[in-house]
Amino acid sequence: MKRFPGVVASDGVNLGVRQGEIHCLLGENGAGKTTLMRILYGFYQPDSGEILLSGKPVKISSPSVALAHRIGMIHQHFRLASTLSVEENVILGVDEGMGPFLRLGKTRKRIAAITEEYGLSVDPKAKVWQLSVGQQQRVEIIKALYREADILIMDEPTSVLTPQEVDQLFTTLRILVDDGLTIIFITHKLDEVMQVSDRVTVLRQGKLVATLPTSQTDKPSLARLMVGREVVFRLEKNPPQQGEKLLEVDRLHTLSDRGLPALRDVSFEVYGGEILSVAGVSGNGQTELAEVLTGLRKATSGRILLGGKDITNRSAREITDDGVAHVPAERIKMGTVSNMSVRENLILKDYRHPPFCRGIFLNYKKAEANAQRAMAEYQIAAPSDSSAAKLLSGGNIQRMVLARELSGKPRLIVAVHPTYGLDVGATEQVRQVLLRQRERGAAILLISEDLEEVMELSDRILVMFSGRVMGILDAEEAETGEIGLMMAGGRREGVRR
Amino acid sequence: MGWETWFIVTLSRTLAYGTPLLLATLGEIYTERSGVLNLGVEGMMIMGAYAAFSTAYTTGSPWLGIVAGALVGGAFSLIHAFASITLKANQVISGLSLTMLGLGLSGVLGRGWEGRPLPASIPEITAPGLSKIPFLGPILFEGQNLIVYFSILLVVVMWYILYRTRIGIAVRAVGENPAAADSLGISVNKVRYLCTIVGGILAGMAGGYLSVAYRPAWTEGMTGGMGWIVIALTIFAFWNPAIGMLGAYLFAALYHLSFRLQPWVSPELLKAMPYAFAIIVLIAISRGTLHKKMGAPAALTLPYSRGEE
Repeated sequence: MKRFPGVVASDGVNLGVRQGEIHCLLGENGAGKTTLMRILYGFYQPDSGEILLSGKPVKISSPSVALAHRIGMIHQHFRLASTLSVEENVILGVDEGMGPFLRLGKTRKRIAAITEEYGLSVDPKAKVWQLSVGQQQRVEIIKALYREADILIMDEPTSVLTPQEVDQLFTTLRILVDDGLTIIFITHKLDEVMQVSDRVTVLRQGKLVATLPTSQTDKPSLARLMVGREVVFRLEKNPPQQGEKLLEVDRLHTLSDRGLPALRDVSFEVYGGEILSVAGVSGNGQTELAEVLTGLRKATSGRILLGGKDITNRSAREITDDGVAHVPAERIKMGTVSNMSVRENLILKDYRHPPFCRGIFLNYKKAEANAQRAMAEYQIAAPSDSSAAKLLSGGNIQRMVLARELSGKPRLIVAVHPTYGLDVGATEQVRQVLLRQRERGAAILLISEDLEEVMELSDRILVMFSGRVMGILDAEEAETGEIGLMMAGGRREGVRR
Repeated sequence: MGWETWFIVTLSRTLAYGTPLLLATLGEIYTERSGVLNLGVEGMMIMGAYAAFSTAYTTGSPWLGIVAGALVGGAFSLIHAFASITLKANQVISGLSLTMLGLGLSGVLGRGWEGRPLPASIPEITAPGLSKIPFLGPILFEGQNLIVYFSILLVVVMWYILYRTRIGIAVRAVGENPAAADSLGISVNKVRYLCTIVGGILAGMAGGYLSVAYRPAWTEGMTGGMGWIVIALTIFAFWNPAIGMLGAYLFAALYHLSFRLQPWVSPELLKAMPYAFAIIVLIAISRGTLHKKMGAPAALTLPYSRGEE
């Protein structure tokens, strides 16, 4: 059992994992999966309870003890030193009995043996920052194998991969398990559980709900166990009613923070009453696209037309006033001012206009009325409208952001990862809100890395790779496989440039 | 004075003046490589200079003085290590305080020590035979002291450790991604403490060199901003000991030339060059991937706590 101040993160969980299996640990965000695994890896100490390895009780007081027990962990955010080479990362912290001196010849041979046996090709002399995300993950696996791990804990390993890379990873995992390794696979994606695991343990609010053989269960029952109630898999969605062309992006170019091209020749259109999704592996220009559209980043060339009016490189305020809503990816850092009250956060956009202001003074009565209305309409659970926004849970913060952004009936909504990190209930709600806006006739640009979400919500899907548009597909006809190939840089035949 | 003599004198003095810069820079490179920025170099140097001088004066042994300087520098750096690593305080403020403290404390303690003659300073040596090599002989092997050679040896050793040993990989990993090092069983705090202390010892030794070898005397504030040049040099060197050596001698030459070229070039201009170079390097590495290629430690100034992401 592990308690954090005020919260029991892992409560009386009894988890049994068999040697040579892939055991999925399934649960929503905040269900205590990662906490449990961090206890196993020695990052946290349990407040009570014990860990048995092959029947013997062990005390894992730090990661080095875990490593000594041949437990390896691959974190969701890789633990690699990016300026170091692959081989340096692999041997980091390994004692090879030579004191401080290295035996690079021997090291390289062992790395070569591992990469060959498990098909984990990667150049050992390359610096980590030069590698793709998929290759970096391979380095993490090599690191664990180099330390002769018997148990491999993987925390949401697919969240950063393209569908093809996921398939490759699953193949590798199978080979590892056939070789006698045991893998604990943390995820909240039901498809992955069904695809990869031998058994699955479901956690909910820090408690263990069930452990089942995967072959004896299915997606709906797992979802029910995970959420604690029935889950609707298909959203009710009316056929699209395409309105007028609201957003036109024409040969847009921009640079990233580091001064490298982030968008190259990006052109597309969004119509009223439709959801256009932008799919892609993170870091392929989606963030920059949202920023240019909302006035937070300068375009180096190209044009953005909103309802025929040129808004290229206008300020964020002008663009907002023209009816563009922005649901930013970082809802806490960018979407809210944490120390301000819910009431104040809700008028961040409109405080300059009546009825919320009178000259230079704010009209708090109107702000309060506005807050009460928004809290009721969007079901924002907060102690009161004067509580600080930072006290709200992720789902409530997102509903608050939506309430603010969607007030005043925007023409265009730019939503970036709107459901990222939310639980199933909140996710459903956010999606419903977006669909309602679509019905109303707003144009919605949805940027998401969650392919399932993209497939479910969109009318058309734009795939980005390396700052370019790889193609725009009709959601009805699109297949995950094809999208995956485009996400990895394959251009669709006959794409309109 | 002929051109050859002019060059020989200039380069020989460059080597002598570059040595304290080099020692302290090597230390600061290790400190920063582990992710700790120590702006207290000036303070540690002046404390080292004072400790070395008073010890050498009392015991009569300049070598004991150097040892004392190194020990006091190391001890002084512990203040910064404790504040910035254990207490996770702001490294800039902690480092600046260390400089203020060192300058003030050495001023108070050093009252009454000014103007005293040192019975013996670190001897200058001339290598028989070697000093007869044309041009290079008089520069490298005439009138230099053992610390000069020690510092050059140290460049080789510290370069080798940083790039070719497990220790070096651990130091670089801790400065780049402490979470990665921690998850592999490396104690981030231990590495950072050790690197900060190495930085303190070398800064203290550099101060000692100034007061018992370079100019055997104690004057308040005698380091005269050398600690800040060291900070600039560390960046200029891209956190690499070998480039650090080139930089130390280049900056020492500029310093020396600021006197010798006085009739023609403004000495202030030449003395400002190190800082100008450091700014150019900072601008250069702030763009693109050069930052990573050049080895700027990504976790510099960031305290590490397990489980916070």
